[in-house]
Formats: sequence, C-alpha cells, structure tokens
Amino acid sequence: MNLSRGLMTALVTLLCCAPPALLAQTDVTHPTGQQLLERIDANMVSTTQSSTFSMTIQTRRGSRTIRARSWADENDNSFTEFLAPPRELGVKMLKLDNQLWTFHPGTDRVIRIAGHLLRQSVMGSDLSYEDLLDNRELLQLYEARVTGIDTVADRSCWVVELSTREDMETAYHTRRLWVDQEQYLPLMEERYGRSGRLLKKTGITEVSHIGDRWYPRRMYFRDMLKTGDGTEIVIEEIEFDIAIPPHLFTRAALRK
Amino acid sequence: MTRFLIIGLLRDRSRSLFPLLTVAAGVSITVFMFCFMTGMRGDAISATAAFQTGHVRITTSAYHQLEHQLPVDLALLETGELMTDLRETEPALEWTPRIRFGCLLDVPDTDGETRSQGPALGLAIDLKNNPAEIKRLNLEQALTDGRLPQSPDELLISQQMADQLELKIGDTVTLLGGTVYGSTSLVNLHLCGTMNFGIPAVDRGGIILDLEAAGQFLDLSGGATEILGFFRTGFFEKAYAEQLAAAFNVSHNDDSDEFSPVMYPLHRQSSLGQILELWHLFSTILIGMFVFVMSIVLWNSGLMGSLRRYGEIGIRLAFGENKHRLYRSLLYESVFIGLAGSLIGSVIGLSLGAWMQYKGLDYGFAFKNSSMILNSVIRARVTPAAFFAGFIPGMLSPLLGTMISGLAVYRRQTAQLFKELEV
Repeated sequence: MNLSRGLMTALVTLLCCAPPALLAQTDVTHPTGQQLLERIDANMVSTTQSSTFSMTIQTRRGSRTIRARSWADENDNSFTEFLAPPRELGVKMLKLDNQLWTFHPGTDRVIRIAGHLLRQSVMGSDLSYEDLLDNRELLQLYEARVTGIDTVADRSCWVVELSTREDMETAYHTRRLWVDQEQYLPLMEERYGRSGRLLKKTGITEVSHIGDRWYPRRMYFRDMLKTGDGTEIVIEEIEFDIAIPPHLFTRAALRK
Repeated sequence: MTRFLIIGLLRDRSRSLFPLLTVAAGVSITVFMFCFMTGMRGDAISATAAFQTGHVRITTSAYHQLEHQLPVDLALLETGELMTDLRETEPALEWTPRIRFGCLLDVPDTDGETRSQGPALGLAIDLKNNPAEIKRLNLEQALTDGRLPQSPDELLISQQMADQLELKIGDTVTLLGGTVYGSTSLVNLHLCGTMNFGIPAVDRGGIILDLEAAGQFLDLSGGATEILGFFRTGFFEKAYAEQLAAAFNVSHNDDSDEFSPVMYPLHRQSSLGQILELWHLFSTILIGMFVFVMSIVLWNSGLMGSLRRYGEIGIRLAFGENKHRLYRSLLYESVFIGLAGSLIGSVIGLSLGAWMQYKGLDYGFAFKNSSMILNSVIRARVTPAAFFAGFIPGMLSPLLGTMISGLAVYRRQTAQLFKELEV
C-alpha cells in the first residue's frame, strides 16, 4: 500500500531485509533497539512505489470498503486517488513533504488539511491525517530499547519500546513494537500519548515476499478512542522502483 | 361567637384595618416574588433548552453516551414514523428534529484553493417547515447582517467567525465533514447572514443551516442526531417530563440495541441536573429569607395590635371576662384577619404574577446598544406553590404574633386594672 510512505513508516515500520549478520556483529539473541530501528528504517527505502489497496472500516453501524491507488517517491511525496465506493470516486489526496491537500470533484475544491484537522479520521477510518503525514525515520524521532521477547501469532518477536527524543515532537509519545525475529516486521504495535494512554493499536496479519522483501499484505489499525472494530488494510498490488511522472506530485494534478 | 367577632372587626377598623393591610401587602409581595423567581428560573434554563437540550430530548443510546463528540454516525436514521407518533401521542409538546455536527469551514480563493479555514459547530434546524424554531432561537434578533436562509444552499455564520475568516454576505464557503457512514463529505454553501447570540460557545464557530441541506451533506436525509420536545406553555414541567421520558423509554428503548431511541428530560442531561438543583436551592433560600422577613413583619403587626388594645383588654378583664376566653377571642380574631389578609394578598399577588406571565416586562431599552442577545422580556410564572408560599405564612404570622403578645392577658392583675386605666 502506498497511501503514503509515511503510512508505511508509521503504520507497520515495514520489513527488514538486511542480512542477519548485522545483528551477529553484536548480540544475535538480543539486538539493541537502535539496530532494530536502523534495519526497519533502512528497509523503508525504495525510490518509488505504486500500490492499489483496499481499506475496510468497521464502524458501529457496519462496515464499508474503500479502494484506492497510490504513488509515492523518496522525497516524501505521494498522490492517492480513490476508486470506490461511488461516493468517494474521484477524490484525490496529495502530500508534498509535510503538507496535505484533498480534492473532491463534487465541489471542485482543493482543501488544505492543516491544524486540528490533521488529527481527524481519514475517510472515517482509524487512521488520522497525522498518521499519513508523519513519515520521518523512527530512528530520527525515537530512542529505542529492547525490553524482552514475546510471541505474537506463534512467532517470536523482540519487544521494543520507543520514547520520543527530547528535541522532537511526535504524535505518539511512546510506542511498543513486537518485531518478528526472522522477518523483522512489527507484527503488533501499541502507540501511547504523553499521558500514557493507549491511543492506537496496529498489527500485521498477513505477509508476502515481494522481490527481496518481506512486505505486509494485510494489516489492521485501531483507534482506541473510537468504538468501532478498527480498520483493515489489504494491499492488492504493489510495485517498487517504477517511473512516476513528476507532474503527478503537483496540485494541478488534483483536478485532472 | 364567630359572627360576633367578625362584626366587631368590621365595625372597629382600628382593630382590623392595619393588620389586614399589613398581611395582605406581605402576602401579595411574597406570592408575586415567588412567581417572579420561578419565571426567572425558567428564563435561565430556556436558552440551554432552546439551543441544546429541549425540554426533553430523544437520541440513540449510543449518541447519548458520546454526545460531546457530536457523533453523526450514531444519529437516528429514520425519524418520520417516530415524529408522527410523538406528535399524535404527546400534543402538549412541540417536536422538532435537529442535526448537530462538527465540520471544517473552508474559504476558497479565486482559484478555488484554501484561503482560510476553521473548525465549525453546525446546527441544522427545520427552517422551512417549522418557523417556531426561528423564534425559539431568537434568530431574527441574533442577525447582525444579511438575512435568514431561504434555500438549502445558504447558511448563517457567527459574526466572530465571519470576521476571523474575512467573509462577507454572498461569499461561497465549503463545509468538510463526515457522513453518517463515515465517508468524507463536502458541500458548497452561500453565506446569507451573520449572527451573534452572546453565547460564547455558539459565537466562536457556530453555523446554522437548513435541516434538509445538512441531511444531504451528512447523508442523513430523513434522520436527525436528536429530536427535541418543547412544552407549548414555554415552561419546563419537570414532573411531566420525567414521567413522559420514563414511559417513552419503556416502549421504545431496547438495552440490546444501542441505536434504539432514548428520551431524557432536560434536568437529566449533562450536568444540567446539578445546575438546576443549585438554582432551585438558591431560589428557595432567597424566597425562604423573604418569607421569614415578612413573617417577622406580620408577627410584629400582631404584637402591635395587642399592645394598642391594652386598654380594651383591661376593661374587658375589669368587667369580669375570663382570661382564657379573652385569649381565645384574640386568637380567633387573628385567624380571621390572617385568612382575609392572605386571601386578598394572594389574589393581588397571583393577579400581578399572571399579568407578568402573559404580558411580561420589557427591559430591552437597557440593552439597546448591546450586542448581546438576551431575552429582553422578563416573565413571571404562576404556580400552585406560589399561593401556598404566601398564604401559609400570611395565616400563621398574625396568629403566632397574637399567641405571644396575648400572653400578656394572663399577666394582668385585676387589682391593678383601675390604676393602669387611670380611672
């Protein structure tokens, strides 16, 4: 899914495909938090991505599924076009660095998403616009330490605690990740506010091997302050390092 | 004996006129004050009822629990049948659906891109079919510029917000919000007027539009986030509202269905119950203090009456009248005076209260140059309690005064009477 590269970073912290030798240089059974973050961040890098994904939102009234196609480059730019359902058809979102715009064909308006609106839900899902925007490297934002070993879905994981660096501002003050010891994917994550309140839970429920990467195919995201049953994201197609026309990452592209 | 005493009171006005006037004046003021305070209390809650709670309010159970989040997705979806049922079974109340929602108000530049924006608190009312809503919310008086919406693509914005976003009448704005099913929704509307209610929460980012427009915008056509009921008398009937809500919830609310409708009376919503209790306590103390002071005055009147009749009592004792009989006759007289004075005072007090309830007292001139929207007409309210608040102390005070002052009868010595009377 390429809703944005930030989503990938923030949502699942993605896969690690560096050789195990990196850990072997220190302590194979107990890598440092920094080493794990370096591996996670390093595996986020691809020059461009294009994906088609579906997002199923479970609300108290039922569920609905949104389909979209997204493009992203290594400069934190992304462009997303919604394909279904009919009410969302033609809605587009453009992210340039840390700015976000949305276009709705029904009103012919380009709306800048900023301020408090960044904390609002995207299309009624459990993701906020802030989740989409914050695509900085985890290592840049957090100090990490491995606190133990646990099992998630019958797979051994490192438990990693992330605390916001003193000079940084983040949407989530602390995070706890359960990182798969073989595939280096965070199979589960909890995100906490400054008060220590659990704000969001994410996880990966299905993984694919694409090229030389392990990549999350199906994942969930749950806003713990909402009463729904969370949002499931399924990546239907994904391509890496493809050519993307530069004009796609301009505001003019929103109205085309 | 009763007839003899009454005739005595009527013929000897020095014994009856002043005490009667005092009792009547005290009772009339007490009754009127009670009506006035009750009316004032009603005014104090009327703004909250008009904007937020109604006298009773129906939402889904789920919406009620999270109402501070304005969760449109937990709204009542189909209200037509319920509205018909309510109008038929409870005609004492006027029922009206409303939609309350949060959204972003975005102002475009000439290229259609964002020029300025801010969060807005939307209130959609039935402008087309229910003109009472315009009066209830004081919309015409609240207008600072422009006019009320005449079509579904028009809206009112608070003056404060219009100033902040540099909007003028006729400008197009875009609302960005979420539908009842969670989708993002946008709509372009034209600004037809600005308003100022003098209520900070509304004036900060309030917008008002037609129910039909909001229904389309939020994918909630035919639905509402709430149905409000207002007593046609204009006054909150606590006991009736409580009974109505209990009966409604038994027949309509289902614990296993979080989207089933639930009704709450005004005083059971948010912290209003505590506020109303505090107000009730405050007004009770005020009225209690007033009644107490009036009782002292009336008691003093009884004392004065007995003192003035010092000579008369002495002569009656000198003629051989029994002290007990004399004391009882004084008490009977005070009962007659209390009864007559209380009745006259109650009639005057209740008449004044009734006049002020239906006519009101307009003090709008005091706020001619103020931007605040207040209910400029003070109205009293006549209740059965107002009658008893005046009548009971009006009856008891002269009796109590006479009971105490009359004890002097027993201290009078027959041997001293002629000396005292200077015969």
